[in-house]
Amino acid sequence: MVFSYFPGCTLKTKAKDLDLYTRKSAEALGITLEELPDWQCCGAVYPQAKDEIATKLSSIRSLASARDLGYSLVTVCSACHHVIKRVNHDMQTDEDIVLRANNYLQLDTPYHGETKVLHYLEVLRDELGFDELAKRVKNPLTGRKIGAYYGCLLLRPSGEMQFDNPEKPTILEDFIRAIGAEPVIYANRNECCGGYITLENKPLAVKKASAVTASARANGADCLITACPLCLYNLKENAEGDMPVYYFTELLAEALGVK
Amino acid sequence: MQKNQELELTATIKRISGVNPRLCMKCGKCSATCPAFDEMDYHPHQFVDLVDKGQIEKLMNSKGIWNCLSCFACLERCPRMVEPAKLIEAVRLAVIRQQGQNHLKPEQIPDLLDENLPQQAITSAFRKYAK
Repeated sequence: MVFSYFPGCTLKTKAKDLDLYTRKSAEALGITLEELPDWQCCGAVYPQAKDEIATKLSSIRSLASARDLGYSLVTVCSACHHVIKRVNHDMQTDEDIVLRANNYLQLDTPYHGETKVLHYLEVLRDELGFDELAKRVKNPLTGRKIGAYYGCLLLRPSGEMQFDNPEKPTILEDFIRAIGAEPVIYANRNECCGGYITLENKPLAVKKASAVTASARANGADCLITACPLCLYNLKENAEGDMPVYYFTELLAEALGVK
Repeated sequence: MQKNQELELTATIKRISGVNPRLCMKCGKCSATCPAFDEMDYHPHQFVDLVDKGQIEKLMNSKGIWNCLSCFACLERCPRMVEPAKLIEAVRLAVIRQQGQNHLKPEQIPDLLDENLPQQAITSAFRKYAK
């Protein structure tokens, strides 16, 4: 299994663990992730306005680059995945954006959304399979009660993300079971952590992140897992109490015995 | 603001958001689900209503446009596909696309940094609050 890999800026800096354990676990599972050459920042947020073109170009460059290499494009950061997947959707469906972006980029072959964009969790679920993953686990995390924190960006808008049921997702719980731990279901697992508002309105970020950890704690979670560096920051730094929060890839590497 | 300017601005908001506020049936689900409800001086359903009425200037001066978290809960849960988040983004853009109207300036960043703040937060904030 070979994929193009888009790590994203934060995975090269503050979220090195998310990248490191993605690579280590992939290697242990026989999944080859080839980092895209010359990838650029995805922009971190999806530009919603229909006349925003320049802010989508960096994602299109990465998508076209994966297309030219002939591989599906794997991301692991929730925000990168959200932006790249939605820009790809624009390039499949919005003729005006397709025309203007291609006019600007002047690629050898114009891009029309040909690349398949996969989150690493989708690779584990749909390409490898959670049953297969469970067989490869060397150190099952038996007895650990783990709350899956989905947040917003992996799930919504579900029509474009096509990731899981947006109100009743199961992919992270199935992942938790595959690595031998017990998933804890709690109400706020798909509610916002505060996101970038931590820079604009700190009290709001504190309120949102605290609601998530309180909900998880009340349902018996020992820790939370996430795929997003900003969620991890908000849940660790802004939430009241000290709920441990890990990248899902860190627990995956631990279960595979490669941490 | 002159009447024709206001009409033009309303048309721009509808065009760049791709939203038709007339589809709204005022069920209030967007406001009920909004995680920033208390911070929005015009709650999401009211925001949609004011766009429909063409009162964009009022919205451009509201603090709610800076507090939308872009969590897409209103957009996902709207039974009529009105998608308030797209209108809020369009109004925010109408403000920051004006000369000198950036809401976040680079010189503010050093005071906002802490050791663990991911780059993603800064990039997101600049994308949302500045042009």
